[in-house]
Amino acid sequence: MSLFLKLLPLALFLTVAGFLAKGLTLDPSELPSPLVDKPAPQFTVATLPEGGPVFDSSSMAGQVWVLNVWASWCGPCIAEHPYLIELAEQRSVPLVGLNYKDQPADAQQWLARLGNPFTHLLDDRAGDVGLDWGVYGVPETFVIDSRGQVRFKHVGPIDEKSLRGKLIPAIDEVLQGAAS
Amino acid sequence: MIPELGQFALILALCTAFVLAVVPMVGSFTGHTGWMDMARPAAAAQAFLVSLSYACLTWAFISHDFSVLYVANTSNTSLPLIYRISGVWGGHEGSILFWCFISALWTGAVAIFSRALPPVLLARVLSILGFVSIGFLLFVLLTSNPFERLFPVPVDGASLNPLLQDPGMAIHPPMLYLGYVGFSVAFAFAIAALISGKLDAATLRWMRPWTNIAWMFLTIGISLGSWWAYYELGWGGWWFWDPVENASFMPWLIGTALIHSLAASEKRGVFKAWTVLLAVLAFSLSLLGTFLVRSGVLTSVHSFAADPARGLYILLFLGIVIGGSLLLFAIRSNKLKSTASYELVSRESALLLNNILLVVACSAVLLGTLYPLFVDALGFGKLSVGEQYFNAVFVPLMLPILLIVGVGAMLNWKRDKLKGRSTTLVVLGVASIVLAAFLTSLLTHYRISAVASLSMAVWVSASTAYGIFYRFRNKRKRLSAVMHTPAAFWGMSTAHIGLAVFTVGVALTSIYNEEQTVRMALNDNHTVGDYDFEFTSLEQVRGANYSAAEGRFQVSRNGDAVSEIVAQKRVYDVRNDTMTEAGIDAGLTRDLFIALGEPLDGGNAWSVRIQSKPFIRWIWLGTILMAFGGFLAAIDGRYRRVRATAGSASAKSTAAVGSAVTGSAAVAQRSAPAAGATGSSSNITF
Repeated sequence: MSLFLKLLPLALFLTVAGFLAKGLTLDPSELPSPLVDKPAPQFTVATLPEGGPVFDSSSMAGQVWVLNVWASWCGPCIAEHPYLIELAEQRSVPLVGLNYKDQPADAQQWLARLGNPFTHLLDDRAGDVGLDWGVYGVPETFVIDSRGQVRFKHVGPIDEKSLRGKLIPAIDEVLQGAAS
Repeated sequence: MIPELGQFALILALCTAFVLAVVPMVGSFTGHTGWMDMARPAAAAQAFLVSLSYACLTWAFISHDFSVLYVANTSNTSLPLIYRISGVWGGHEGSILFWCFISALWTGAVAIFSRALPPVLLARVLSILGFVSIGFLLFVLLTSNPFERLFPVPVDGASLNPLLQDPGMAIHPPMLYLGYVGFSVAFAFAIAALISGKLDAATLRWMRPWTNIAWMFLTIGISLGSWWAYYELGWGGWWFWDPVENASFMPWLIGTALIHSLAASEKRGVFKAWTVLLAVLAFSLSLLGTFLVRSGVLTSVHSFAADPARGLYILLFLGIVIGGSLLLFAIRSNKLKSTASYELVSRESALLLNNILLVVACSAVLLGTLYPLFVDALGFGKLSVGEQYFNAVFVPLMLPILLIVGVGAMLNWKRDKLKGRSTTLVVLGVASIVLAAFLTSLLTHYRISAVASLSMAVWVSASTAYGIFYRFRNKRKRLSAVMHTPAAFWGMSTAHIGLAVFTVGVALTSIYNEEQTVRMALNDNHTVGDYDFEFTSLEQVRGANYSAAEGRFQVSRNGDAVSEIVAQKRVYDVRNDTMTEAGIDAGLTRDLFIALGEPLDGGNAWSVRIQSKPFIRWIWLGTILMAFGGFLAAIDGRYRRVRATAGSASAKSTAAVGSAVTGSAAVAQRSAPAAGATGSSSNITF
């Protein structure tokens, strides 16, 4: 067995350990988005349940709204879900759920099981809308102001801390901006 | 007072662990018999002290001592006794103390049952276990003290997460930990072998029952977790490829490879360096699993405690233990040379193939688990790796394993010819496909995928059964031959049949699973597959520490009543958590599964998730058989007989150690010839 082969397990482990160390310093919820403070991408897309009206993003103009990208195949979305329900209870802004690269039947069962916090449910099974919005992964959450600008983006599941510390303050700030 | 006693005992245990890690190890190099002899009493003292500490924490739970912060956070007065006892390992601090407790017990068990080991080896093995103990005891004392006091003392506690208030969940962590920590024994033997540069058949034979038992516990632990997720999470799934599940599955895969490679190393003296590497990896992955679960590096439905300080500590510990072991491996593994050759068609080759497939499968799981972290750390953003990846990569790797498992087990060591058996095997192969095709026709729909997977399962059973038959083909007194066959052979065969049963369960459940989520009001009917479900009653009921909406469903098939299923939606008192308690009508050929979703129309109707899951029980039946196989293999009388002979050998070698500074080499040389003789005595023994 050559020296290289014998050192291989150690080298692999050190690589992994390096990543793990880096992982400790990362906050899964922080990621700058090129979209923040830029106009939100315009789109029209089918809604769920199937056969419903087509959703046009321009119809949201003039109001503050939240876009949540989720999928039934996404594990962290389950952890996030109770906080979306809480958000829907606490702030009466439209909460638009973009069902990303998912099967409509799976998505609807998922919501039937866990509860549906969304005011609109969009069917992005091909992932086109997600592509326009620069979705890295699921879940992601955007806050859009009344002029159609993306004002805040959260990557990864929302937990209690990020809901109270970031998302709700961001919505409130945008709402105040709209009122004044 | 009692919690302070617990903490004090823990500090003393740490001191003992230091003694255990240093004194016998130094003694093993200098040849001081007295120093080496300290290993066993130190291991016993450590086991006693950690047990005492653990008992103190348990007492704090039983007596509702809410002045202890950890008790106040995880227990309360309405919690039933059984969950107060299991609640000790229900949170972060307690579960790490529990890890220490199990580790101390394993170390104590090695001290008791390995008396006959050569003293140098025993001293080193116990020392290494003591070193691992230091890491975890320090972790408890520095970052996760379960005995921390709380003032002012609350009147009542916050209660245990209701997800964990369940019999399955109460025993899942102990089993898992017994498995994780059990691999530390094989690890300690491997490191001792690297230090001495010798790994003889006697040592390898010592490792086998310990590894088998650890593997058995891990098998039970993982399947309990899967079973619990099935009926408690309310999803009806049994495996989610969640990071925490993967964290327990990776050591299992490597542990499985280790069991097989140990057999080849012991019997034939091949793959020695590889066996040592697997032993190191199995334990390293157990530690990595702890890191992933405890540090919050990965997002998971299971993440219990996210704390970077704790994560940093475990990472440092991982770096020392894993990095140190792998460095030692790189330097010393050239000393561990294979002493035999083998040909292409031989049991060695089959085991090697098995090892490669299992290690590749484990790497694939590791890659999928850590991929989100890699991508994030490199600044490419965030993503989650879904089931699709794991199924697409993992399933094809398992197919060749199923193909070779039965045949590999009947091959001779060193060299074999399939001539004479090849016709029978081809006939068995064709018969498996025909039988699978027939069995599929008895199921609700005809699916080619079902024929294919059933063929594999039947093939595994048929080739295993043929292997049993083949073993006894020439024996005159068949019955006597069967009676005198070592338990290890029956253990292997049982585990392989378990694999076949498991395959049936996995395949049929995923192919024929039917699920529907429907809106049902009282007295509504709904049909899923052959079964008709009628929603007959809905009541509010009261449990020990929760209230629940309880729905009852009458199930009938073609007009005949089958059963009544009761499903609950619970709200737990203190934390106000809601829990779905699925109602399951279990059967050998199918489970009917009902979970209450959300109330609709102000409570007049409910969303109800109904599933029919054919053969899902076979999944756990298969894992039970595998675990039982591991148990049978571990209790093989051969290991005990060897202990008796090694006892006399070690008595002689003690004298050698006393007189010579190079004691370790003397011991190894003495035990090697005897072991070699046993190893080559027969070609066909397992």
